[in-house]
Amino acid sequence: MRKPAKPVPPSLRPSRGLEQFFFNIRDTVGLSILDCAGANQDNINLLINLGHKVYSQDLVRGIDDFFGSDPANQTNPARIEAFLQQNFDYPADSLDGVLLWDSLQFMNPVLLTATVERLALVMRPQSYLLAFFTAAERMAEVPSHDFRLVDDKTIRVSERGMRAPGQVFNNRNLERLFGRFNSVKFFLTRDNLREVIVRR
Amino acid sequence: MTPSFAAAPQSTATIGKSVKVVGKIFAKEDLYVDGDVEGTIETPENKVTVGPNGRVQADISAREAVIIGQVQGNVETSDKVDLRKDAKLVGNITTARISIEDGAVFKGSIDIRKPEVKSTATVTATPAARPAEAPAAASAGSATKS
Repeated sequence: MRKPAKPVPPSLRPSRGLEQFFFNIRDTVGLSILDCAGANQDNINLLINLGHKVYSQDLVRGIDDFFGSDPANQTNPARIEAFLQQNFDYPADSLDGVLLWDSLQFMNPVLLTATVERLALVMRPQSYLLAFFTAAERMAEVPSHDFRLVDDKTIRVSERGMRAPGQVFNNRNLERLFGRFNSVKFFLTRDNLREVIVRR
Repeated sequence: MTPSFAAAPQSTATIGKSVKVVGKIFAKEDLYVDGDVEGTIETPENKVTVGPNGRVQADISAREAVIIGQVQGNVETSDKVDLRKDAKLVGNITTARISIEDGAVFKGSIDIRKPEVKSTATVTATPAARPAEAPAAASAGSATKS
């Protein structure tokens, strides 16, 4: 991952996808929520105060630790299975919500497909995942972000650095990617980010 | 000579950075681990601190845990878990309160449990009728800002 040339200050932004995610789990407590932003006090506070059990991991860091930062390394089936074992070792139908943030866009198509398959397995039917993808196409590198929950519809975003995306994402290939899921809903934002809320 | 457990309840036992312990550690005083531990650590009434050089591959059960070094194992405390900025914890946390500094690396689950209210009543042979289950939100406790 390449650090940004000039540090970009964190910014607050509303998130329709996040709002939808929390709307879908409103009035329910005791859910198991996987947050892939990495452990931080803001996210943990918000989720815990809503009465949920939090599973936390930094998935982008996990990808780097396992494969390095080049998506081309992410094609070996045995390595992919080991990665899934290490990062998504949850019982079937056990997760009630997954906040993936922008982690999926840094996966090679082979790893991405395997990861989404695994998510479909470990997520409970009718549960939701939230993922962000850049809407800009044909870019050699896209920013990777750190995501902090401010409230149930606002996030604080700061840039972690620039990385090569695993592939180009548009609505059609995202629909295909989440074909096993029940529904896919897109929110295109002004800052060229495609927020995707997917129902298992 | 009075056993140290009774004589110095506030003292801290230390595992230095050149020490490796394999097995079960049970302490009745605070414990500072700056070396290697493989096994289990139990100090239900006291605090465990894993220092910057500490490398623990063990489940930890304590009143309070402060992690500065590395832990691979589950951490269960009755009061608080404190992950400092250079901490690395792979395992599940069960606690009443949690504090995570920026920079700490954590992979696992966080289960917040409200501390049990200690009853002064004596135990009777016939248990009272079980009260209605509290909703999960009520048992979620609170997380604190670091």
